[in-house]
Amino acid sequence: METGSPAETGVTGDEPVWRGLPPGLLRMRRLLLVVWTGVLALAAGLLPGLLAGPAWGAFALLPLALAAWFWRLLGRNWRSWRYTERADDLLIRRGVLWREETVVPYGRMQLVEVTSGPLERYFGLASVQLHTAAAATDAVVPGLDPAEAERLRDRLTELGEARSAGL
Amino acid sequence: MTAPVPGGVPDRPPVAERRLHPVTPFRRAWAPVAVLAGWAVHDPNAAQEQLTRLTGTMLLIGLSVLVPAAGLYGFLSWWFTHFAVTGGELRIRTGLLFRRTAHIRLERIQAVDVTRPLLARVAGVAKLRIDVVGAAKKDELAFLGEREARALRAELLARAAGFAPETAREVGEAPARELLHVPPRALVLSLLLTGATWGSLAAALVVPPLLWFATHSVWTVLATALPLLGAAGASSAGRFVTEYDWSVGESPDGLRIDHGLLDRAHETVPPGRVQTVRIVEPLLWRRLGWVRVELDVAGSDNSVLVPVAPRAVAESVIARVLPGVTVPASPARPPRRARWCVPVWWRGHGLAVTDAVFAARHGLLRRRLSLVPHAKVQSVRLTQGPWGRLWRLADVHVDTGAGRTVTARLRDADEAARLLRAQAERSRTGRRDARPDRWMA
Repeated sequence: METGSPAETGVTGDEPVWRGLPPGLLRMRRLLLVVWTGVLALAAGLLPGLLAGPAWGAFALLPLALAAWFWRLLGRNWRSWRYTERADDLLIRRGVLWREETVVPYGRMQLVEVTSGPLERYFGLASVQLHTAAAATDAVVPGLDPAEAERLRDRLTELGEARSAGL
Repeated sequence: MTAPVPGGVPDRPPVAERRLHPVTPFRRAWAPVAVLAGWAVHDPNAAQEQLTRLTGTMLLIGLSVLVPAAGLYGFLSWWFTHFAVTGGELRIRTGLLFRRTAHIRLERIQAVDVTRPLLARVAGVAKLRIDVVGAAKKDELAFLGEREARALRAELLARAAGFAPETAREVGEAPARELLHVPPRALVLSLLLTGATWGSLAAALVVPPLLWFATHSVWTVLATALPLLGAAGASSAGRFVTEYDWSVGESPDGLRIDHGLLDRAHETVPPGRVQTVRIVEPLLWRRLGWVRVELDVAGSDNSVLVPVAPRAVAESVIARVLPGVTVPASPARPPRRARWCVPVWWRGHGLAVTDAVFAARHGLLRRRLSLVPHAKVQSVRLTQGPWGRLWRLADVHVDTGAGRTVTARLRDADEAARLLRAQAERSRTGRRDARPDRWMA
């Protein structure tokens, strides 16, 4: 997807180009879910199973059922994340049940932050966070490809500089 | 960044560092006494035990150590505090063991406050505080001579406004024109008509006797009665004392606010620093047509613009504070189906967007109308929960630089989506005709 060029011409057409998140984030979250469910299911199955009789081991099914549900939720949540760079502002849309859409004009950006924890690094992910003078601004794009995160950061800082405005 | 001030950097040699007023050590000398008092309050039993053991000589010895130590501490902290005004900065250098240097950029000034607490008034000194985003409490200059504080404020404002450093000192104080003065009678009446005053007073009078009947323990009663009485005092007498003789003036340097009966305070807010303005209309004031106006300036603690005034007067003041802004008369209510989301109170919500401001109202009994100039909007958010989606309603939040978020609740979902786009556009373009940081430049 080419997003470098529309900056000069403005928005391409009416609807800007929305970008989703790479599948790495979903993979990481689902893997974490599987690991934790495994631990929980083991605990929930073994403890009652050993203490109260093998039939009680069926408790292990509870975490498994929950995990199946969470598996779907994670997928829906991951699909719901969208962001787009318009000519003058960044749009972030997210959430399934509680939807949120954030618009940050480039000129208001005070700081762009790229963070990546050890686990995220292992999965080759990085998140970009935008800070404005308002503490309530919660513009963050998680789970990006590091190269894309850096491109976004550079582009945002460049655009922010060009359109800079104070408080 | 702004262009370098002519002569700003090469100006370095003549930077004259100054010290605070020689009265300052006495203020700092309180610190050890305060520590002792804090300990005594924190652990009253141990303190009492220690007190009974104290003899006259021990007391004398203690005093003879404590007083010079406190004096020395005060003297040293005064001796090692310097400040200087350079081309574009106010520099404060302080600290004996832990050195600290603060450089405050003058074009970033959000407000300048000169306060004179009662004792300082007796001594003829004043505190000067520069509000910038992120400034700490310790960045205030306490104390300066009264005349020096006024001169320094005028100089700082002149430099911040963009006057050349050589002339800044001669520019002097900009002439002020009074916009509004709150008569004491109106202030008293407004406090009497405030629910919080009576509520805290009633609580202070009712709760301790009830507790006494329930527990018969003096300490419990005292421990609840004192904070309650304090709260009651703060909400009635305290507010009267701080809001007494409130006057708002206008000058080329911006807004000037003067107030206080015992502690006098004087604030200057340069043009274009106000992030949000709120018109608060308590239930009991509505018959009289009075309102209270609050404002938010980034980095400043003060939040009151007008404690009480008739609506028309308050609106004329707002028109001076936010140039080109008229207060929208009747904000549009949410659609009727909003009553399924917020049963009765949905009627209190409202939204009006003009060319200059985003205005959101909320509250049914105590109405609050928040105004945000488009140029001050930092980001716009739209949120919608599952219940809101069922009724096709959404909330639009507008974040401002003073850390405050103004929310237009329960808007029609399509309208909210349109509003989000339009607001982002307006907040971007609203900046174009905003005045520069250096307002005289």
